Amino acid sequence: MLNCKDASHLISQRLDRPLGRRERWGLRMHLLMCRYCRRFSRQLGLIHLALRKLGRESEQAEEGAELSAEARERIGKALRRQQGRP
Amino acid sequence: MPEYSLSPPECWLDEHGSALYRYALSATRDSHQAEELVQDTLVTALQACARYNGQSAPRTWFIGILKNKLMDQFRRSARQVSLDEEEDDGDWAGAFNSRGFWADKPAGWGNPDELLERSEFRELLSRCLALLPQRLSHLFWLREVRGEDSEFICKELEISPTNLWTMLHRGRMGLRKCLDKHWAQGSFRC
Repeated sequence: MLNCKDASHLISQRLDRPLGRRERWGLRMHLLMCRYCRRFSRQLGLIHLALRKLGRESEQAEEGAELSAEARERIGKALRRQQGRP
Repeated sequence: MPEYSLSPPECWLDEHGSALYRYALSATRDSHQAEELVQDTLVTALQACARYNGQSAPRTWFIGILKNKLMDQFRRSARQVSLDEEEDDGDWAGAFNSRGFWADKPAGWGNPDELLERSEFRELLSRCLALLPQRLSHLFWLREVRGEDSEFICKELEISPTNLWTMLHRGRMGLRKCLDKHWAQGSFRC
């Protein structure tokens, strides 16, 4: 019989890989009986979705990002220094 | 015959600086670190430009150097992660009792669909994400935020699937705990 700790690992891993038949069965049985693990599973699912959403938003924001003038100057200097070396 | 050629180094920063910066920023989420990486990349390119053979577009070549730098960094930090669970449980060490049942029982958060649309919730999520230990955060970010698949991440970071799953699980436990601490039934607790 799975305990909650084992179940929590499977709940997490099923977001990353397909579970085997025995793992799926064991987890299903556990979830039927354990409301805390059901809750935990809903919460991980929510976190998973919310993070993807966050990711898509940040991808959009990053599209317009530019190097600052200060950084440009600093990097330019470093490059010229490097070029000056034999 | 080489198809492409590199422009003089004086032009690199103008031609490729911002593209490299965006790439580095999306991988590190830290503008300071991203700027350092751009500088590192261009300096390395200067040392290596004699080996540029014109077979790939200059942009691709620069991005390739940057990718190597990123991967070196991530491999170093990923290796520091211990696989010994007890040693690295952090904030959620007390989640389970000795028999493996919840000691710290998950509390309800309200309606998940509604939560997903709440900007305060997503703000809290970002803050909790930033609090993850550094060595977990990049990998967690690749998988959960960028949505890269596990196989790709294992290959790129040269880690085993078990290692990856363990770290992702830790990240999720940590994040859930952080949200739990600050969120109750649809509102901030503090």
